[in-house]
Amino acid sequence: MEDTNIKLTVTDREGQEHKLEAPTDMNLNLMEVLKSYELPVEGTCGGMALCASCHCYVESEHELPEQSEDEEDMLDQAFFVEDNSRLSCQIKINEKIDGIKVKLAPVS
Amino acid sequence: MIKTDILIIGAGPCGLFTVFEAGLLKLKCHLVDALSQIGGQLSEIYPKKPIYDIPGFPSILAGDLVKNLEEQIAPFHPTYTLGERAERIEKTGEKEFTLTTNKGTVIQAPVIAIAGGLGSFEPRKPPIEGIAAFEDKGVDYMVKDPEKFRDKKILIAGGGDSALDWTIELADIAKEITLIHRRTSFRGALDSVEKVMALAQAGKVNLITEAQAIGVNGEDSLQSVVIKSKTLGEITKEVDNFIPLFGLTPKLGPIADWNLGISKSAIEVDTEDYSTNIPGIYAIGDINTYTGKLKLILCGFHEGTLMVQSAFKYIYPDQKLSFKYTTVTGVEGLEK
Repeated sequence: MEDTNIKLTVTDREGQEHKLEAPTDMNLNLMEVLKSYELPVEGTCGGMALCASCHCYVESEHELPEQSEDEEDMLDQAFFVEDNSRLSCQIKINEKIDGIKVKLAPVS
Repeated sequence: MIKTDILIIGAGPCGLFTVFEAGLLKLKCHLVDALSQIGGQLSEIYPKKPIYDIPGFPSILAGDLVKNLEEQIAPFHPTYTLGERAERIEKTGEKEFTLTTNKGTVIQAPVIAIAGGLGSFEPRKPPIEGIAAFEDKGVDYMVKDPEKFRDKKILIAGGGDSALDWTIELADIAKEITLIHRRTSFRGALDSVEKVMALAQAGKVNLITEAQAIGVNGEDSLQSVVIKSKTLGEITKEVDNFIPLFGLTPKLGPIADWNLGISKSAIEVDTEDYSTNIPGIYAIGDINTYTGKLKLILCGFHEGTLMVQSAFKYIYPDQKLSFKYTTVTGVEGLEK
């Protein structure tokens, strides 16, 4: 089987770094990968940019697809929003984000 | 006082389908939900989202699934208490629980099924240090009676419809009103956005965009809010009332105080029948946890189905056989 995994680094809310791998051929988004690794991300709405419970900060310089209006709108309901805030469910797992570094946003 | 066989807390998909399975055993159900509509998350968060893992439905909108469930259980005449949160459970008899809602409605049943999902939907509270001390002393998370704010200095935070609508509504009532929002654009209805912009132009609303509230000050009641703005820096705004409007989010709430076994904000159950540590109380769907738990609607349906079998035996221990309504000829025309 061809190796289609990419590598990700995730910092959890305690500051602990996790080196993860995720397949690019399963149409996954970052929220789903974080949940698979049992990191504390809710993803209540199931990845529709409808709940802001998968808020994270992108800490590497990867070029990501622009935020949709829906994502911006949901971030209005999140707290601790910074310029590098994203909803992880809106970040697709593909080779373009290989090596991405993200940090989980605090929950209120 | 309402009396029923199975009191279901939570009218999401799992709670709704449980009515069907209970109905087949001639058990009646009453549902309580903090939201004013049935369907739980499906109605509140994502009614327009297609769901792909309901057996037999390649794709179905969440809102349509709720409608279908409502239709499916209608023959069993479930009753509802909506817009009220299950607050307190007391054991008031050998096989009798008495539940009281936050609005004082009292419901009695031998069996309680908690199908509470992620908990009850409550206003999302901004993580500002010390804000809890000012709840109902200047900080309000919803507007119940606009008159309360007459001739007051009000600060509203948020960028959605409720923030915009209340800004418009309170503009005439309050002495002074300020709206702060994280961005320069709003997600609310265009008409409301335009109205707020017009009020800001006319000087009736102070609009501060690209700003967040970061602190609250006061003695016995709220006196001022600290605002961090991209253009103005940190400013302290004197106000009588601060109304943060950031939507709703599910919280476990009072369930945590019912002496149930809880692990990671979920109720521990026995997978044989989804019973909790309290005989007569079951937990099904997203709110329970066990080894191998998956938070899927279809798993909730399964859990509810097994649970009612156990509930029947709990209520009628001497009945050896439990006859089920046949579904061979459909479930129409059942007695009330």
